[in-house]
Amino acid sequence: MNQPVVDAMSRPAVAHGFRLQWEAAQNAHVLLYPEGMIKLNTSAGEILKRCDGATTIADITVDLERAFAASGLSADVMRFVTFAVEKKWLKILA
Amino acid sequence: MVENSRVNAPERPVSAPAKPGPPLWLLLELTYRCPLHCVFCYNPTDFARTAAELDTDDWLRVLRQARALGAVQLGLSGGEPLTRDDLEPIVAEAHRLGFYTNLITSGVGLNEARLRALKEAGLDHIQLSFQDSTQQMNDFLSSTRTFDLKSTVAALIKQYDYPMVLNVVLHRLNIDHVEEILEMALRFGADYVELANTQYYGWAWHNREQLLPSRDQVERAEQTMKRFRERVGTRMQIYFVVPDYFERRPKACMNGLGSIFLTIAPDGTALPCHAARMLPGLEFPNVRDTSIEDIWYGSASFNHFRGEAWMKEPCRSCPEKTRDFGGCRCQAYLLTGNAANADPVCDLSPYHHLVTEAVARAERPLSKVPRLGPEEKPLVFRSERNSSRLFLKPDEN
Repeated sequence: MNQPVVDAMSRPAVAHGFRLQWEAAQNAHVLLYPEGMIKLNTSAGEILKRCDGATTIADITVDLERAFAASGLSADVMRFVTFAVEKKWLKILA
Repeated sequence: MVENSRVNAPERPVSAPAKPGPPLWLLLELTYRCPLHCVFCYNPTDFARTAAELDTDDWLRVLRQARALGAVQLGLSGGEPLTRDDLEPIVAEAHRLGFYTNLITSGVGLNEARLRALKEAGLDHIQLSFQDSTQQMNDFLSSTRTFDLKSTVAALIKQYDYPMVLNVVLHRLNIDHVEEILEMALRFGADYVELANTQYYGWAWHNREQLLPSRDQVERAEQTMKRFRERVGTRMQIYFVVPDYFERRPKACMNGLGSIFLTIAPDGTALPCHAARMLPGLEFPNVRDTSIEDIWYGSASFNHFRGEAWMKEPCRSCPEKTRDFGGCRCQAYLLTGNAANADPVCDLSPYHHLVTEAVARAERPLSKVPRLGPEEKPLVFRSERNSSRLFLKPDEN
């Protein structure tokens, strides 16, 4: 099965069977799935929580740059989203 | 960036911290009652002596207390958890609290009405066990006629859009069917398949001589699994739980006792692993009279095997102790009589020969199944009757 092409206009969403939530006890976002858990670092958590299936990667990047007063994040965001799609944490909607 | 704490195979072992972290993983064994009679069950063989099961309010209190400490993955298991008629309210409360809820079931008792109610309660996932790819062997190994029923349940799980995990416990009598088992899983549309080589505790320990495969069987199964994995790619993920008797280093069992796992047995006994009740000299606390916080952080039995102070040689001076924590305490106890010894799976253990001798005995030719050869003692099926008859002293019956 081919991986979907990920580009700036892709709209990623957390995949079926996965759930993203903030865990105060771990001071981190975690991604929960059948009998497993991935503890996310800050940037991974901030990207994933913006993956709502409606927002494009380009808009996610703009939002992150504004939230963290940063610039030039697009390559990092694209790299992580591509990784997360490969890991099946994210699916791409159109 | 990520920590993966999958139960069977932590990919990034961590050394035990000075102050333990929270019990991230909570396993509720809601009951020992089970319609199946599997020969490889890890439940204690003397379960017939277990005191009355906790009631609904007890379980809900456990959920609230554990969640407040940071527990987030919840396993609902048994026995067969569907024999509890309060499974739905337990799932609903767990969901409300923010647990990721996993139902670990044989499928017996899971009709469409119940599946719909569980979905509405917020159940996240169902792990369905099969004993084999064939009706004959499935039904023989579980001592029931359940294969067709399980197949129906598998279809229902897909219909209700749950992620599907199929779990098949592998051993001498079915490990040669790995290809057929994986084909069956693909046919059902499973997202994950766990090929769980038998771990020898409880009923499986009692039946070990009949269940332990030969090395050749294990190697063929692993090759078959790898070929299959290449063929299907990522659409079905296959986990192969390593049969530790064939290894030279022990598993990092439970990521170290008391580090992330908390099991509550049907009678409310709190355990750092579902088999730990067998460990001698430890008084495990009960949730009927002790809070989860006191149990996890304060009880002597949960602190006993934390850190390294309990270790003996060769573990104490071994550089690998921070990786595997000396292996499994229950296996050390079962094989050597002392739970503080190195897990004898390790070839540095002076008792390693106990493992290699068992493996050598497994090299004998396979007898026809289900008809066992005359040289083999009979398999003992997990049942209330066998538990009472074989494993309790007369005055306990």
